[in-house]
Amino acid sequence: MASSLNSKVLAPIGTAGGLFAFGLDVGRQLFRRPFQFREFLTQAWFIASVTIIPTALVAIPFGAVISLQIGSLIQQFGAQSFTGSASVLAVVRNAGPIATALLISGAAGSAIAADLGARKIREELDAMMVLGIDPIQRLVVPRVLACMLIAVFLNGLVSVVGVAGGYVFNVILQGGTPGAYLASFTALAQLADVWQGMIKALIFGLIAAIVACYMGMNAGGGPKGVGDAVNQSVVITFMLLFVVNFSMSAIYFQLVPPKTG
Amino acid sequence: MGVEIAVEGLTKSFGKQLIWGDVTLTIPAGEICVMLGPSGTGKSVFLKALIGLLKPDRGSIVIEGTDIATCKERDLYEIRKLFGVLFQDGAMFGSMNLYDNVAFPLREHTKKTESEVRDVVMEKMDLVGLLGSEDKLPGEISGGMRKRAGLARALVLDPEIVLFDEPDSGLDPVRTAFLNQLIVDLNAQIDATFLIVTHDINTARTVPDNIGLLYHKHLAMFGPREMLLSSEEPVVRQFLNAQRVGPIGMSEEKDADELEAEKDQELPPLPPIPLQIEPSNGIPRRSQREPGGWCRDNGITPPPGSFEDENAAVGA
Repeated sequence: MASSLNSKVLAPIGTAGGLFAFGLDVGRQLFRRPFQFREFLTQAWFIASVTIIPTALVAIPFGAVISLQIGSLIQQFGAQSFTGSASVLAVVRNAGPIATALLISGAAGSAIAADLGARKIREELDAMMVLGIDPIQRLVVPRVLACMLIAVFLNGLVSVVGVAGGYVFNVILQGGTPGAYLASFTALAQLADVWQGMIKALIFGLIAAIVACYMGMNAGGGPKGVGDAVNQSVVITFMLLFVVNFSMSAIYFQLVPPKTG
Repeated sequence: MGVEIAVEGLTKSFGKQLIWGDVTLTIPAGEICVMLGPSGTGKSVFLKALIGLLKPDRGSIVIEGTDIATCKERDLYEIRKLFGVLFQDGAMFGSMNLYDNVAFPLREHTKKTESEVRDVVMEKMDLVGLLGSEDKLPGEISGGMRKRAGLARALVLDPEIVLFDEPDSGLDPVRTAFLNQLIVDLNAQIDATFLIVTHDINTARTVPDNIGLLYHKHLAMFGPREMLLSSEEPVVRQFLNAQRVGPIGMSEEKDADELEAEKDQELPPLPPIPLQIEPSNGIPRRSQREPGGWCRDNGITPPPGSFEDENAAVGA
């Protein structure tokens, strides 16, 4: 009884260790030739096709909500001219990476986990290993790289669409002036904010793809196992990405002092 | 020519649950072996241990001087090139059509030109009777066809060892008979070592040179076909003749009460030993033994009616 409890308590640690070891394996296989360029392109295209539209649709309300929230607050201070800069700051620094994280883990991660999980229970992965081909090199590495690439693009997309959404909201609905919105862009935001958003997205893509691949490749127990793997992969990625987002933001503020208007 | 597989003291457990312990057997080069066992005795696990997909807890599996249980990942990938494996559902890559599936190992591991690849693929597709279906996707064909396509892919690199994971599950009796004939013909043709994991009694009785029986977490018996088919050992006898009376119950083992209750029941006599399937071209396989040879050498009288032609198909 005590031992079964013990093994239940320790199970998550085992998963964490397995995940980490898997990450190291992927890192090692990254440099094994020949690089699977076709698979990389197919996967990048696939991930982009399942994430672009939802990302754009999520980004518009994101930008709008920020404008809505900040707009009325700032109006009370009489600092409408700063709405644009606040909106840029919020979208580029935080909303971009967070929306990317949501979409990458929710849409791309679940698709990857389901795909690999289905291959696992159909014994395709076993067959591949028996044919002398390492599925990590063949399937996982291209997926991880594709996911990272698309995450960076998505981050850019969210930033652009979010800021545009904020602009429309501020200018048309809240009666802000277009010139002020645009002119204040650089008041608080700086170039480093864009870089940190991109780096965050890159790392989010890495984490989401590795978790999804790991859960998919370790799916077991028939079709239900695949469902469980997808579910767990999304939940684990969400938690990991929010923690990582927080710590990266904290580190960023230490490294890059906020610009004072 | 085929390669010998020497398994010694192999033990595997998942967590605290022992799957099988101390399995020791030698699968002779070039012969056909069948591994039998009631459902859930870890036959497929045994197969996966042989290809190094699962690491055993203890013991060794030596193939051409390399111990699969302990060797490095890199050596494992090399050794696996000797293997052809037919998985239960064929395990075809869902994103490729049958032609690309069968061509896959060739494109990966050989420097053959596309036209050479085409020749080999077409030859193997012809062998398993799938000519004309090259452009189909695995999702569009029946289970039996997937299995045959899987067999074509397993054979494409001219393996020294061919493993079959339940080749007859989900196939109708006619297709099973054809597949069994195909297995025997293939063995005659390529002389590789064959290991078939199954629980189809008819296959076990008529196809192999050797039979092994996994039962109750250990290897109950392994030896020539005639030895097991004429064996009086309760487990072997019960399983190979598909009877209810014996130590195997619905849930793995019968309990003492049940065994006590059937103690006095008369065991039905052993059915006659059928003839082994012969290659369809009539030329005997290299490892083929004369019918009744083992029984005669060991002074055992086979059950009446054994090795007579009309019995060849009885036993299912």
